[in-house]
Amino acid sequence: MSLSHYYGQFINLLAAILLLLSFAMLGQRRILSLINLFMAQGAVLCASTVVVALTTGQSHLYWSALITLVLKVFLLPWILHRLIRRLNVKWDVETLINIPTTMLIGIVLVIFSFNLALPISELAGTVTRSLLGIAMACVLLAFLMMITRSKAVPQVIGFLSMENGLFFAATSATYGMPMVVELGIALDVLVGTIILGVFFFQIREKFESLDIRHLEQLKED
Amino acid sequence: MEFLLVLGIPLLGGIVLALFGHRQRATEVNIVFSFLTFLAAIALTKRIIDGGPERFYDEQFFIDPFNVFLVALTAFVGFTTSVFSRPYMRIEHDHGRLTSGRLRLYHSMFQLFMFTMLLALTTNNMGILWVAMEAATLTTVLLVSLYRTSASLEAAWKYFILCGVGIAQALFGTILLYFAAEKLLGHGGGALLWTHLDAVKGQLEPTVMSLAFVFLLVGYGTKVGLVPLHNWLPDAHAEGPTPVSAVLSGLLLNVALYAVVRCKVLTDGALHSTLAGTLMMGFGLLSVVVAAFFLSRQKDIKRMFAYSSVEHMGIVTFAFGMGGPVASFGGLLHMTVHSLTKSAIFFAVGHATQKSGTQLMEHIRGLLKISPTIGWGLMLGTLAILGMPPFGVFASEFLILTTAMRQQPWATPFLLVALGVAFASIFGKVQPMVFGESSLRTLPHKPAMLPVFVHLALVLMLGLWIPPYLADWYRQAARFIG
Amino acid sequence: MEFASAILLQVLELVLALLVAPLLTGWVNQCRAWLQNRSAPSLWLPYRQLAKLFEKEVVLAHNASGLFRAAPYFIFACMVLASAIVPTLSTDLPFGPAADVIALVGIFALARIFIALAGMDVGTSFGTLGARREMLIGFLAEPALLMVFFTASLISHSTSLSTIVETFAHREFAIHPSLAFAGVAFTMVSLAENARVPIDNPTTHLELTMIHEAMILEYSGRHLALIEWAATLKMYVYSCLGLALFFPWGIPQGALLSNLLIALPSLAVKLGVGGFLLAVIETASAKMRIFRAPEFLGTAFMMAVLGMLVHLLLETGK
Repeated sequence: MSLSHYYGQFINLLAAILLLLSFAMLGQRRILSLINLFMAQGAVLCASTVVVALTTGQSHLYWSALITLVLKVFLLPWILHRLIRRLNVKWDVETLINIPTTMLIGIVLVIFSFNLALPISELAGTVTRSLLGIAMACVLLAFLMMITRSKAVPQVIGFLSMENGLFFAATSATYGMPMVVELGIALDVLVGTIILGVFFFQIREKFESLDIRHLEQLKED
Repeated sequence: MEFLLVLGIPLLGGIVLALFGHRQRATEVNIVFSFLTFLAAIALTKRIIDGGPERFYDEQFFIDPFNVFLVALTAFVGFTTSVFSRPYMRIEHDHGRLTSGRLRLYHSMFQLFMFTMLLALTTNNMGILWVAMEAATLTTVLLVSLYRTSASLEAAWKYFILCGVGIAQALFGTILLYFAAEKLLGHGGGALLWTHLDAVKGQLEPTVMSLAFVFLLVGYGTKVGLVPLHNWLPDAHAEGPTPVSAVLSGLLLNVALYAVVRCKVLTDGALHSTLAGTLMMGFGLLSVVVAAFFLSRQKDIKRMFAYSSVEHMGIVTFAFGMGGPVASFGGLLHMTVHSLTKSAIFFAVGHATQKSGTQLMEHIRGLLKISPTIGWGLMLGTLAILGMPPFGVFASEFLILTTAMRQQPWATPFLLVALGVAFASIFGKVQPMVFGESSLRTLPHKPAMLPVFVHLALVLMLGLWIPPYLADWYRQAARFIG
Repeated sequence: MEFASAILLQVLELVLALLVAPLLTGWVNQCRAWLQNRSAPSLWLPYRQLAKLFEKEVVLAHNASGLFRAAPYFIFACMVLASAIVPTLSTDLPFGPAADVIALVGIFALARIFIALAGMDVGTSFGTLGARREMLIGFLAEPALLMVFFTASLISHSTSLSTIVETFAHREFAIHPSLAFAGVAFTMVSLAENARVPIDNPTTHLELTMIHEAMILEYSGRHLALIEWAATLKMYVYSCLGLALFFPWGIPQGALLSNLLIALPSLAVKLGVGGFLLAVIETASAKMRIFRAPEFLGTAFMMAVLGMLVHLLLETGK
């Protein structure tokens, strides 16, 4: 029983926790807890990147783990916390579909993505071959969260969580994208969050609320 | 050197204008930067014509017949848009719709948008392509909400979220692509370089590649504005400033489609089946038909032409989906002429809406009486986009339709009906706007109609005579698209 | 000799369960009091209460049927049987093969039916209300519990508890991510089944929310003592079940008396920690409105299903 086998199992465990966190986010009603869950997801992501780096000995993965740590565990949650403090929206996560139904749809999505990923998993030579399915499930769950939430901040957290799933797919299933691409993605995410922050203020200034349902004027007649 | 300038000038322009974009002369500086970019693009194009395809900087960038003409086109439309936006933005400023600070944002972001477009076109790295496409969204999203009206905020939010989600799917596709490639090309940067991928495309794992293509098509297809992922497009076009609508329609959609075609080439090589082509034909045809029927229901002039963009992107997607030298040739030609015509139309529409103070078509009347140039510009542009001979759109649509009749006869009735419906609804609405009595006001600045007529002249020329070197590029590019 | 010691162990386990169960309840109450900054009740309070109730005379409602009088004995017997099946001191118990995890769920269900019937028997509105709520919760909790067991069974290729525990505790060590999901689901189910805080509060008689207490309002004397004792036994069984499935280390394999030296202290430590964690959960969370309970248990069920899916994706075909 080699050590790398345990690494593989450990990554599997982290993947499962990631999925668990995605579900927890889907079922969460409070924005503050949502941000904390997002932070936890970032931490798990960072840990899994480190483990992959240990397993494969690819040093550039340490850098991406560091980027993840700084960006997703400290910087983005900090920005989000600041935002909701300034905007004063701590409690109101409202959903368009009730939470149990959302969870049921979530289960269906998980089954769907596992099925989709199964033939691919069999091709991959890596220990972590099954993770593609989990990553895809995380992406789809975050997507589901985005479309079922009516407020701006949870939608954005869903967006960021979707990016987490993608990043997980990139690091764990393929052992990391080239460094330059990862840097570009990280930059885009950061700039995107800042722009969204600017947006929140514009939206609130205009509508005096962050409810996206105000943004339904433009429709086909 | 030329290549460095093509990317460097707009980047520098973005930084300079971020600092000084609120000054009185910033509009001219914007034109100068765009013009320099255009010159650099011309020089680069000339070099490629003389020396053949090239790779730059450790293969991170490459230029081949397919993207070189898009680079030239992008730089050209960027330049004419900056010429157009000089009087347009000044009038908006005088009308009090924009402050100096927002003009600075506009100028800076316009240049950065040009940078991202050119980066997306020239990069050899599929990952960087994604980064550039996402950056293009980020630069334009604040431009769409430039007026800070509730409608423009909504449009920008929709644009950001939908394109953000779409582009995330594309990232997943890119990851899958890398997943398939790293086994053949080894780990590291080389496995995402398009030229390397193209060399080994026959050995890429088919299951992974088909899944990757679905994600890539959905992702980049959102940016192309393919139905049913098009929801952001009419809103963003209608609520943003008109120069932004012009570059969105004229450039962004093209570049997104370029990304899809690049992925299709790889998928075709790996799959030995027509899955990619069939998917693209399906999305394309759906876009054409749905957009054509939405056209007749529009009241807002910019929304209407936005739907027209969806329709034309559908035609091009369909053409590339069919494949074959003639269809791809038609698709490339259609990309060019649509980009030129549509931006010309938006220039004319921009001034027309400024004169009437509204975007509602029922309140725009008798353009010809007040300003013959705007009236004729809009009329000719409309005729051109509707595929009237002798404009270039006619030539490309003719090529695509005849190929469709030969290769996919089932699709031609849909295409013909859609084109007919589009013709009736657009022409029926534009005609009273141009002719008839009017109650329009005069503008404080002279409108820049030169870009409109230059564009239309080019489209007319492409309809009558395609310069041999251009035809040669198209043929080379079409051969390689397959 | 082997057989005799096995029998001895089995008896010992049963006696231990009967004796320790009230102690566990007392320990949880004490921890809860500490965490809430109250002065803690004595650890032996549950014993004293049981003793007091056994001495008291039984007062029966005049329309109570025989079922009402028989129910406490049935419930108590069910719980005793359940505690005999769950391996705590050794995986090799004579009673082990008698019932697997599915039968265990059945035994719990049987007890539930008796207590619900008894609640309705006298015909008071509270009894009926409690019984209806109890059945609702049971109806939602049982599938989740079964899914948890199925996940464990898939891993160990058996539905027998002894085999499952043996696989987890003594085979080659492996990380099972699916068990993380199953563990979360199991915790949620046990909170609901044992009438703990997010679902029910065992310390109050608030008519709007109570479930368990509503059903047993009419009981008194030795009947009430048996039911209370059964309730503590149920909690003990659930705790041991959770420990056996998710933290099986320290449960010895053979039926040797000498193994008790390891088994007893490890069980004591695990139960102590587990009880403390339960108190932490109860203190940290607020009681849910009753109509949130289906959502809570639905989540548990989904967690269990997810665990199974994760197992199928990640852990098969290695």
